Parts: sequence; C-alpha cells; structure tokens
Amino acid sequence: MKKYVSLYLVGLVFGLGISISGMINPAKVINFFDLAGSWDPSLAFVMGGALAVAYPGYRLVFKHVRPALAGRFELPTSTTIDLRLIGGSAVFGIGWGIAGFCPGGALPALGTLEPQVFLFVSALLGGMWLARLPRRISMSRASTAQS
Amino acid sequence: MELTSFTPLQSLGGGLLIGLAAVLLMALYGRVFGATGILAGAVLERGSGDKGWRWALLAGMVTGPLVYRLFTGGLPDVTVTASWPMLIIGGLLVGVGVTYGAGCTSGHGVCGMARLSRRSFLATMSFMVSTFITVFVVRHLLGL
Repeated sequence: MKKYVSLYLVGLVFGLGISISGMINPAKVINFFDLAGSWDPSLAFVMGGALAVAYPGYRLVFKHVRPALAGRFELPTSTTIDLRLIGGSAVFGIGWGIAGFCPGGALPALGTLEPQVFLFVSALLGGMWLARLPRRISMSRASTAQS
Repeated sequence: MELTSFTPLQSLGGGLLIGLAAVLLMALYGRVFGATGILAGAVLERGSGDKGWRWALLAGMVTGPLVYRLFTGGLPDVTVTASWPMLIIGGLLVGVGVTYGAGCTSGHGVCGMARLSRRSFLATMSFMVSTFITVFVVRHLLGL
C-alpha cells in the first residue's frame, strides 16, 4: 500500500508540473512550435527545468545499488538507431503538431474533464493498439502453427 | 490562431516538478517516467506483470489539474485549437509514432536525455524537427 501511495504522489508531482508549465495546453504547445507566427518560447523552459533536475538527480540515484521500493533498476536497454526509432518519432511529431497534445500532456489534461482530451486520448490508444497489431497477428500465427 | 503569453517562470517551475517526478520514480521504483510506456503497460500490454504501479502513476497524473485548482482557484487553461477530425488524426499518428519510436517527450525528451541516451537524443531531435515542420505546414501553408 505504501508503494502505491508513493507512486500516486509521484504521478501527482508530474501532473502538477504539466499543469503549471503549460504543457497541458495545446494552444501553448503549438505556439512554441510556430516560429513563423505567434511564437511563445515558454516551453523551452519546461524541458530545461526538467533536465536541470533529472540529469543530476539520476546521477545521485544511480549511486545506489537498487531503488527504495523495488528489487532493481529496470532501464531501457536498446541502443539500436534505426528507421523505427527515427521514423516513428517523426510520425509522433506530425501528430503532436496537428493536435497539440503529446501523451505526457494529454494524460494529466484528462483531469480537466474536457471532452476534447478524451477524444484525443481515445485516438492515441487506438493508434497504439493499431501499431501493435502486426506483432499480435504474427504472434497468434506462430502459436497456431505450434499447436 | 490563439495567442498565449510568455510564462518563463511558471514553465521553468513546472519543468522542475516534471524532472523531480522523473527522479523520484527512479529512486523509488527504478523506472523511467515515460507517459507512453506507462499508458501502454497499464492498458494495452498483456502479461506485463504488476500493472498497479502504472495505474497509481496515472491516477496521480490525472489529479494534477485538481490539485492545481486547490492552489490557484481555477483549472489550468486547456485551449484546443484543433478540430475534432484533427484531434482524431493527430491522436492516431501520435499513438502509432510513439509505439514505433518507443517513447515520447517525457520518456525520450526528459528521462532518456537525462541518462545521456544516444537513442533518446536522436528520437527527440526527430520529433522536435517534425513538429516544427508540421506546425508550419498546418498553420501557414494549409491555414488550418
């Protein structure tokens, strides 16, 4: 129980940060990217602030053998630079530019109960589901072939 | 076109909290704070073990705006400039993109960059450049 309460509070710190920073607001996000129009550079300060804490913070944390509430650190291990990574990220950027929401901005925004946020998050989940479909089909084929 | 005001202090303060959340999650539970991975693991992945920690994070994230209201007396401004069809197309593209790209602004842009991951650095460059171009095309060439 202590674990879940702690993690809830960590999520809350994130959601509060997204709310205060303006990342929750698609109009502000799109204006950050609109160099040729109504440019609002605020969001550069969001990433700057986040990295100013996360970079030294991670270095301190990694001096420990293990995290406080889990057995070990589980970090992404892939180092592959390929078309999936670069192309997928580029497609993400197209969607971000069209809608103004990224996942980390949209999830806290659900708390405002704006219907448009629910529409975006539904489409987001739909896209994530679709992108998993080829792997799912090949996996179910493999298991049918085995049996 | 919706004008928004320059808010360096709020944006910096919010950014510090986002970084703090990333550090706390690593210190407590040993995971990167990537919104894409947390959402996918909670909702879409089968057999990814304990989903409870992801749901606890999601619950905290969603209550962020409500705690913001406790302090300021109002919800944070969420002004959507995209039409409903654009939200659906944008959402689908973000969903496909972050799945293939294995992360988004929080996972690659904050946590990955803070770990000095080359993958995350290149992914972040890719989606930032792509978003700049997309906003230019949508706003100034298509006029949407």
